[in-house]
Amino acid sequence: MKLSDCLMAAGHSLRANKMRSILTSLGIIIGVGAVIAMIAIGTGAEQRVQRVIQQLGSNIVLLRNGTSVAGGRRGGSGTRVTLTEQDAAAIERQVDAVQVAAPEVRGTGQVIYGNTNWHTILYGLTEGYFTARNWTVDEGRMFTGAEVRSAAKVALIGKTVARELFAGEDPIGKVIRIKKVPFMVIGILGEKGQTPWGSDQDDVIFLPISTAKKRVLGGRRIKGNLVAGITLKAVSAAAVDEAVRETRALLRQRHRLRAGQPDDFRVRNISSFLKARAESSQVMSILLASVAAISLLVGGIGIMNIMLVSVTERTREIGLRMAVGARGRDILLQFVVEATALASIGGLLGIGLGVGGSEILAAVAGWEMVIEPQAIILAVAFSAAIGIFFGFYPARKASKLDPIEALRYE
Amino acid sequence: MATMIETQSLTKDYVVGADVVHALADADIRIDAGELVAIMGPSGSGKSTCMNLLGCLDTPSAGSYHFDGVEVSSMSTDQLAAVRNEKIGFVFQSFNLLGRTSALHNVEMPLIYGNTPARDRRPRAVAALSAVGLADRMDHTPAQLSGGQMQRVAIARALVNDPALLLADEPTGALDTRTGLEIMALFQKLNGTGITVVLVTHEPEVARFAQRILRFRDGRLVSDQGQTPESAMALLAELEPDAAVAPVPEAAA
Repeated sequence: MKLSDCLMAAGHSLRANKMRSILTSLGIIIGVGAVIAMIAIGTGAEQRVQRVIQQLGSNIVLLRNGTSVAGGRRGGSGTRVTLTEQDAAAIERQVDAVQVAAPEVRGTGQVIYGNTNWHTILYGLTEGYFTARNWTVDEGRMFTGAEVRSAAKVALIGKTVARELFAGEDPIGKVIRIKKVPFMVIGILGEKGQTPWGSDQDDVIFLPISTAKKRVLGGRRIKGNLVAGITLKAVSAAAVDEAVRETRALLRQRHRLRAGQPDDFRVRNISSFLKARAESSQVMSILLASVAAISLLVGGIGIMNIMLVSVTERTREIGLRMAVGARGRDILLQFVVEATALASIGGLLGIGLGVGGSEILAAVAGWEMVIEPQAIILAVAFSAAIGIFFGFYPARKASKLDPIEALRYE
Repeated sequence: MATMIETQSLTKDYVVGADVVHALADADIRIDAGELVAIMGPSGSGKSTCMNLLGCLDTPSAGSYHFDGVEVSSMSTDQLAAVRNEKIGFVFQSFNLLGRTSALHNVEMPLIYGNTPARDRRPRAVAALSAVGLADRMDHTPAQLSGGQMQRVAIARALVNDPALLLADEPTGALDTRTGLEIMALFQKLNGTGITVVLVTHEPEVARFAQRILRFRDGRLVSDQGQTPESAMALLAELEPDAAVAPVPEAAA
């Protein structure tokens, strides 16, 4: 018996019991649909987290200044400025787990170009910051090490600032005044969009750290070599913990802190927070997919159940087929093909349900759904496998029937 | 005449609990090609066991069985399936047609298990249905056919592979007298074309159309009698003297 004959016979027998076939595949339809929709939700969530990581830079640890204590009154985060540019250089040099240690100072200020002006966030940075935070330059160039050392009056502006100040004009080479100091715009930063919590990351101006401190942001606290913070990038995700540990030890040593004294700086491990988020979204999607997979399994059991009923019901037919020359394996093949056809048709309809359902969820609930072709291939292959797996036992039972008994079966 | 069936000491035992039941003991049967033989006996006589063995549905516990020149008693189930497919046509009391399936598809079914190419199946099934006079009922499902027509479809199915042996188990048991006579007339007509026919029945009404009767009792072959068969067609003509009677009424025989 050829496979094509089996398919014909399967089609015929499924058509003969339309309602039953539809109800039986319904389990698979719902199962496959659920698997596809759940994987789409999971993938969407993971991609969202990945995008956040991409925006913030991967394997990032932030060092911030600690708090001042004056007569028992604590000043709050960043009030006791102890971190220095030398700390950053020492960390980058001495801690192997750290790829980049980029010092930074921050402030806000009014920026003027021609007859427009804009209030924005000003960063004083070194070139290392671009590497650490995955910043790119869209047009123009970054500042060089020489410009940082010589405190050149150059600036890179974010997309939002470019739009607000220049309104279509090409900003490169133009002079803007930041807190009345003239700076030449040498580049436009690549777009980062909003953070997940809604602040505009493109509303910034980057200046060399030296220039910023000398000309713009020099204040009461941050003077000399002191900085507002240091951004560390570990060499790999696995090295983050080591980087944190060694950096802390190095800084305690450099700041001459005795054992028992609290740190005079703060370590914020962003990457571990992001990792936790990525992991939780992954756990969530595995959980969703397993629940969906269970419904697929239940669908498979439904197929097995109906195939068993069908074998019993068609005992005489099986006997007859054997009498006219069907071998055991012909009968086996016929029933396995029938079960597989049932499951595969269910699988195909399930794709429709899954894709359609995902679209509806995305539109109605606003969830990010990502349907990957692998998920669809997986779902169909899985449903066909379920057909073969759950069809095999009933089919084997059919193929083992004694033709004489089967022909006499009432 | 060539020998179609030859058995020596054909025996079938069943073990039921601690007892051994001799369903068939030491049967020596010989049937030549082209014969029309009836196997008779009450239930439990061993005639069904004998039919299952002759039809290659079962293997004997002891003894030999030469069928169409081949020793089949020691064949595997797959080999027996091939023998049944190529050389034996079965006709059952309850027709055993596939429901919701056209007559044509029912007749094509045995061809699926042989190696008949798909494009040859339809013409062969059409030819078989024409031979039993159902050329105009090919697309009907069993539910749309009368008992006699269903049995004709079953006979067409048995004939589709040009078998050497037609094995009929109580073929008229589910039919009224007249239809039964028509079916018997059809068997006699087919026998006339050279097909060996073995009828298994407990009705003398059916056995009278055979050339020879093998009688079984308590698992043993008790008698083997030749006879002059009655003509089913002649009896049909008596039944309805006015009608033009043919074994294949719908066909221009």
